[in-house]
Amino acid sequence: MGAAPARADETSEPPRVELVLDVSGSMRAKDIDGETRIAVAKRAFGQVVDGLPETTQLGIRVLGATYGGDDKRKGCQDTQSIVPIGPVEPVAAKNAIARLQPTGFTPIGLALRAAARDLGTGEAARRIVLITDGEDTCTPPDPCTVARQLAAQGTKLVVDTLGLTPDEKTRKQLVCISTATGGTYASATSEQELTDRVRQLVDRAAVPPPVTPAAVTGAATCEKAPVLSAGLFTDRERIGEHRYYRVPLQPGQELRASVSVALDRPVNRDYGVLLKAATPNGRELVRGLDASSGRADVISAGLRWSPGDEAIDTVCLIVSNSFASATSAGAPGMPLELSIDTVAASTAPDAPGLGRGWLLLLVLVVAGLIAGVLAGWLTRWWVATWREN
Amino acid sequence: MLTHLAALLLAPGAAGLSAGTSFLTAAPIEADRPVQVAAVTGDYLYWSFPATAGQQPHLTATVTLPPAADRHGAQAWTIEVFDGLRRRQPCVAGEQSPIAEPAATDITLGCDLRQIRSWAEPSDQDPLPGTYYVRLTSTEIPEQDLGLPLKVDLTLTAEKGDTGADQGTLAAPLNPVSRPGTVSADVPTPAVSPSADPDDTSAFSFVPEFSSRWIWTTTGGVLAAVAGLVGFSFTRRRRP
Repeated sequence: MGAAPARADETSEPPRVELVLDVSGSMRAKDIDGETRIAVAKRAFGQVVDGLPETTQLGIRVLGATYGGDDKRKGCQDTQSIVPIGPVEPVAAKNAIARLQPTGFTPIGLALRAAARDLGTGEAARRIVLITDGEDTCTPPDPCTVARQLAAQGTKLVVDTLGLTPDEKTRKQLVCISTATGGTYASATSEQELTDRVRQLVDRAAVPPPVTPAAVTGAATCEKAPVLSAGLFTDRERIGEHRYYRVPLQPGQELRASVSVALDRPVNRDYGVLLKAATPNGRELVRGLDASSGRADVISAGLRWSPGDEAIDTVCLIVSNSFASATSAGAPGMPLELSIDTVAASTAPDAPGLGRGWLLLLVLVVAGLIAGVLAGWLTRWWVATWREN
Repeated sequence: MLTHLAALLLAPGAAGLSAGTSFLTAAPIEADRPVQVAAVTGDYLYWSFPATAGQQPHLTATVTLPPAADRHGAQAWTIEVFDGLRRRQPCVAGEQSPIAEPAATDITLGCDLRQIRSWAEPSDQDPLPGTYYVRLTSTEIPEQDLGLPLKVDLTLTAEKGDTGADQGTLAAPLNPVSRPGTVSADVPTPAVSPSADPDDTSAFSFVPEFSSRWIWTTTGGVLAAVAGLVGFSFTRRRRP
């Protein structure tokens, strides 16, 4: 186990995942297929651990597992890592899980912070899978605010949540946490559902996104805007904010840009995003926009532009949005993904060299007929004059 | 058997059995290779597929909903298609945003794209060769119905239509960027790198690829020749 992290560091940072399990007193409830929630969770974890690919860097953290008293201050500090992040040893992990006894409070916010620390701040994709049967009993800090802060600190932390027979408050809290970090929420009411979902989440975490976008901070004006090369970037944009970026462009090149703004908080029903390309002095070149309503994870827009005969060597990209939300406007902005590409410009095609359609045939037939008649007359006239001479 | 099936469904990397959760992690699909995915209500499922000029991509999705007893109302579902620049592409046919009644056991969605063009003005939104993204999700759903397990079947077909109506070619297909970018503080002096000539400089580049235009034009030439012979025969002196 001790040598494992070293090996992990050698292989270009494999993605890491931490399971955070609620072992609070409420897990004693006997309401899943006639068994206690903790018994079902233990078995599900055992199955997941058995089926893990060897390369997965997995850790397990529990909350509310040791302090059985009534002192809230003590109970709300109760979270421990029982399996450190690394390649999992199934026997040791299952033994650690088997020893768990449902005990104390539910400090979700604290456990999320601790889990984020466990996962570290490397370049690897990081994922937390939070499994709980009840809402946070240690607010403040509100776990949803904690999740939003964590997501704002590092761009690569995602929290997936799983509610065990959740009630309304738990569900809303878990949905809020997962939305804030771009994760997913699922509920489980049977052992099969729990096992399947945990395994699916762990498998998903084991397949990292093909590319980790570079962080950039857009400026408020074009002159101060960062200059971007082709590639993927992330940034954050507040509601109503405009962010400027610059892209150098050579003659004969085409600029391709797309932007996705993630809806990481509850927003009003209708919203939109606008991506504009302009010259440095503000003349608009082209725009891409999209608007939508209802639930969504991201809203995207894209554009293409090539300078043609114009002498424009720098294009300003402006990202703006039309969201409205009751969530505090001062909070970190909404996550934004910007992709820039410069490729060879396409040339406008010439007129078609071939024809099609009945009219074409008619014209050709009439032309052929006329040509034939003319040729016939000409031949006759020529033969007649030749005979006379 | 059930666990075995579930394990099979959730196996990572198994072609045709997975879906992504974002544009970056979209799972690739192929035409005529149906995919089946286990998911939950509220998930955003992403797939991607390549398309070439002349194709007419057609998507059909069937969502097997959670048991009606667990649901609390109607659900609005939608299937959306985006091109490689994440621009929304309209569906010209198909039930794109159906509403599942509270008693329904499943719901079928469909989306037919326009025929992929070989070239379009940069400012056009026309479908072009490259990568396409599919996003399947529920847009309106009772809050208490989030997170319930469901199953999704997705099928892509891409008939090859006639490319004869189109001229021009795109220098590079609309594919997503797959490398992190770099930021510099100031504009670099434009290097005089000879930008690659997009034109195909081979001797036969002027010959258009085969399409119905070839048939029309050739047929027209033959008919014109026949008409010419007929016209010639009109002028012959009839023998008594």
